[in-house]
Amino acid sequence: MRKNPYPTPPYIHLLEVVEMISKRIVIHFPYQFADQPIVYKLVKDYDLEFNILKAYITPEKGGLLVLELSGEDKNYEQGIQYLKEAGVKVQPLSQDIIRNDRRCSHCGVCVPICPAGAFMVEPLTRAVHFQDNKCIACGLCVKVCPLRSMEIRF
Amino acid sequence: MAKTIKEINEKLKKGEAVVVTAEEIIDIVKKKGVKKAAQRVDVVTTGTFGPMCSSGAYLNIGHTKPKTKLGGGRAYLNGVPVYTGFAAVDVYIGATALPDNDPLNKVFPGEFKYGGGHVIEDLVAGKDIKLTATAYGTDCYPRKKLETWVNIKDLNEAVLFNPRNAYQNYNVAVNLSDKVIYTYMGMLKPNLGNANYCSAGQLSPLLNDPYYKTIGIGTRIFLGGGVGYIVWHGTQHNPTVPRKENGTPCVPAGALAVLGDLKQMRPEWLLGTSMQGYGTTLTVGIGIPIPMLNEEICRYTAVKDDDLWTQIVDYSEAYPQGKKESLGEVNYAQLNSGKIVIKGKEVPTGSLSSYPKAMEIATTLKEWIKNGDFLLSEPVASLPGPETGYTFNPLKERPIKN
Repeated sequence: MRKNPYPTPPYIHLLEVVEMISKRIVIHFPYQFADQPIVYKLVKDYDLEFNILKAYITPEKGGLLVLELSGEDKNYEQGIQYLKEAGVKVQPLSQDIIRNDRRCSHCGVCVPICPAGAFMVEPLTRAVHFQDNKCIACGLCVKVCPLRSMEIRF
Repeated sequence: MAKTIKEINEKLKKGEAVVVTAEEIIDIVKKKGVKKAAQRVDVVTTGTFGPMCSSGAYLNIGHTKPKTKLGGGRAYLNGVPVYTGFAAVDVYIGATALPDNDPLNKVFPGEFKYGGGHVIEDLVAGKDIKLTATAYGTDCYPRKKLETWVNIKDLNEAVLFNPRNAYQNYNVAVNLSDKVIYTYMGMLKPNLGNANYCSAGQLSPLLNDPYYKTIGIGTRIFLGGGVGYIVWHGTQHNPTVPRKENGTPCVPAGALAVLGDLKQMRPEWLLGTSMQGYGTTLTVGIGIPIPMLNEEICRYTAVKDDDLWTQIVDYSEAYPQGKKESLGEVNYAQLNSGKIVIKGKEVPTGSLSSYPKAMEIATTLKEWIKNGDFLLSEPVASLPGPETGYTFNPLKERPIKN
């Protein structure tokens, strides 16, 4: 029997598979949280990197943050759990920019305007594809679309 | 072997005609040559779908009891003013009309959410439209006030009448300044941030018949989802311009005035449009069949995007100040690739005109013609061609001195 030239390291049971993920989320928090350092806690306690894409306060909805959060998948899950337990509403960003496919005429004005390159022209048919996973919800396309076929909902 | 429209129509009625789109003819001519293509193919269909500002519809709303004279009075459809300068109950709603209380660009850039173009879309869609009017009253038309819902199916006439549509080619708009500008060619990012263009290119009606040999007054067309006609040359029609060897102009040239019964059109092909910071307009779908009467006409229809050229124009300074300066020439294949090079910089492009929708129009018209539902018409008069020297001029101002 040939000896396995690559023996399993003796400490294999101690190694974990670590996956890094990066997700964009929209968080709503009611007024009473306005003075709580929620994002800071995500960094300090859960070791997550954040990038704020949008932040504002509205009378109806309280505080709203659009964040890109990156880190180890386990930490990310725990971070999201912390937010939910704290009473903050969390939803993935991609659900918030919608294209009304019946109204869109596939003209292409949005294509060079989108800073995230979420619109792409299919070479053969010239149809315009909207890749919502690339969208950062900046809202530029909403007003630029001549037929008003893009809708932004938080 | 020349064909006539009469002969083609006979073949259509028998279901024997060969009809292809302006995209399909390109490959056919490439494979079989112009001569064979002209013999085998009977009709080539073209299409375009883009914002066409010089559009509107005239309506006859019918008489009230007692009668009202809207002419000389004021009237509004869904808050948008309509023209009341003819007869008693005829009104004209234009695509770029805005409500009296529209904030316009007071908070820049304005949204221009609702205007004449949107009223026309709502009307064609069969929605109830609010008509409010005041009149000065006469003995025979004594009524002075009117507030009622109207619907297209109850109007006596609703006629789409667009003084300038289907422009033969158009500029590529860019912004050389360091501030964002908002134009009818869309939002233009500073320092050559983007380049917007507006043409169906190889599918475009007048680019497939550059010298107007078959398209003329009386030509039956696909208009707004129904049937329409070319009734005159469009305003600013300008056939006397520089052209390439294939006859196509490399600057905006000819245009068409079109007309059709709004009642048989569809809202998918007449869409109210809002140009941020600029105003409202109507996006119109037009399709024109070109009969293959001879080889020359067939050759024109085989034009493809890389044979069609246009000029790059700065819309921050040159265009508003009326300076005829071109920053260079590009063809539509380059524009459709998504990037062009201007002054050594790679500039992403954006189209205002929808090629997929233009294709849908050309294909729909092809089906109508093949099924014998749409016969070609013989034009009763030609559009002015370059041989006439017809051109368009700016306004020569003569200030009024007191």
